[in-house]
Amino acid sequence: MSSQSTVRLAPPLLWAAILPAIVWLLSACSSVAPTAELRGTGDLGVVIERADGRVKIVETSGRSVLATVEGLGDLSHASVVFSRDARYAFVFGRDGGLTKVDLLQAKIVGRVLQAGNSIGGSISHDGRLVVAQNYAPGGVKAFDADTLELLAEVPAVTEGGLRSKVVGLADLPGRRFIYSLFEAGEIWITDFSDPKKPQTQRFAGGNQPYDALVTPSGRHYIAGLFGEDGLAMLDLWNPEQGSRKILAGYGKGEEPLPVFKMPHLRGWSVAGGKAYLPAIGRHEVLVVDTGTWQEVARVPVRSQPVFVMARPDGREIWVNFAFPDNGWVQVIDTVSGKVTHTLQPGRGILHMEFLSKGHEVWLSARDDNKVVIYDTATKQQVGGFESASPSGIFFTTRAARTGF
Amino acid sequence: MRIPPLFAHVAVFIGAALVAAFASASAQEARPAAAAPELAAPEAQRARELIHIVRQDCGSCHGLTLAGGLGPALTPEVLADKPFEGLVATVFSGRPGTPMPPFRSIVSEAEAEWIVDQLMRGFPPDAGLPPAR
Repeated sequence: MSSQSTVRLAPPLLWAAILPAIVWLLSACSSVAPTAELRGTGDLGVVIERADGRVKIVETSGRSVLATVEGLGDLSHASVVFSRDARYAFVFGRDGGLTKVDLLQAKIVGRVLQAGNSIGGSISHDGRLVVAQNYAPGGVKAFDADTLELLAEVPAVTEGGLRSKVVGLADLPGRRFIYSLFEAGEIWITDFSDPKKPQTQRFAGGNQPYDALVTPSGRHYIAGLFGEDGLAMLDLWNPEQGSRKILAGYGKGEEPLPVFKMPHLRGWSVAGGKAYLPAIGRHEVLVVDTGTWQEVARVPVRSQPVFVMARPDGREIWVNFAFPDNGWVQVIDTVSGKVTHTLQPGRGILHMEFLSKGHEVWLSARDDNKVVIYDTATKQQVGGFESASPSGIFFTTRAARTGF
Repeated sequence: MRIPPLFAHVAVFIGAALVAAFASASAQEARPAAAAPELAAPEAQRARELIHIVRQDCGSCHGLTLAGGLGPALTPEVLADKPFEGLVATVFSGRPGTPMPPFRSIVSEAEAEWIVDQLMRGFPPDAGLPPAR
């Protein structure tokens, strides 16, 4: 047989060209998928694109968008908490969706539809439980942070079967969560140490709590009240004393102005021994001493405040406003106690988020379909990017903060 | 005796069409508002602005899809048995004792009527605000 003689090898010159090419291609293959470039998550964040059920994963060092993740449902009132390692974002959607997003792989790794109408959530200090607060059916639900398996449920039902919407949920030490009941006007603390047997303590709150905050130390819980002039405050180091009213009667005897959007409360209100709180129905920021809980000042502002946020160093307070004045932002200097800057960063400023040390603030301009980035020292825009109807902006630095 | 296959097919088709027609007719009866003539829309630019306000800013309490939030749902099904005039009054003058504010500084009475009429029919989608000048 002479079949072997019919096999013809390529000339040596051709092999000299092909072999290095094959080697180069093979080495390229091994460096692609399995070992993507290593990076941390400390400078990452999430921007909610509320109308499209989508989030953008951003990085704040280069002020850029890394990826877009779709399929998160109705995000018209979305909020986010982060895992302790700041790798995963838990996104709570209006439609009751709870979605776990891996920020490094930019993909959804878990999703449950846990209620009909939801407003937000929180994560336990040990990072094991994620808790959702729901409007319908009113109550809270606790999930395993790894698997999103439902572990426990506490319906917000009071005497006579009244079911309340839950607002102002915050994390407390020891797998405990505190929240307020809009209709019943109560403050509840639920301990999920044994998820099979959640234990709930009830406290009087006030008329129509709309949101609440826990101070950065975790000691005080303050619920804003829509239905009365004042706020309810509970000292969590002395809970047996019950809640008491602070700033009671701050608008007494005057016709309240219309509130076209409810303010949002978080621990960002506290700076330098004072809490800066939005008034309801008055165009003012109320300043209360966190030692005595007495009012110490009022700062007149442009409209109904929504977010009243201290820059992380506490030197400035940035304020945005309800519709129809949501194109304005004002800055209060905490030393002089006066408004020092009035800015127009864009149309429909829905949210602001500071970098961890406060040198930049990112603002979502919903009606201009963009995120704008300001240097807080110069009050000048230093960056920004297109984003479809952006609302909440959440940076991973929240992972380390109580009440976020 | 066997029914010719063609005849059977035609009979089933006509039956299905009758059922569908009856179902849509009864759906119409359940919503008298939809049968009434539609209220005239404001001029195009203002209509677009109002749609945006309702979807986005009313939406902060009632939900972007108007399926509810701190405020109740504003879908045609929920509004079907509510009196038109009462809904217009709620938009225009607010509802004391609840977080619903009066919108009289934002919309005219005629615009409030148009908004309620559109809500009862199923509110149009938001096309966003026109680009800034």
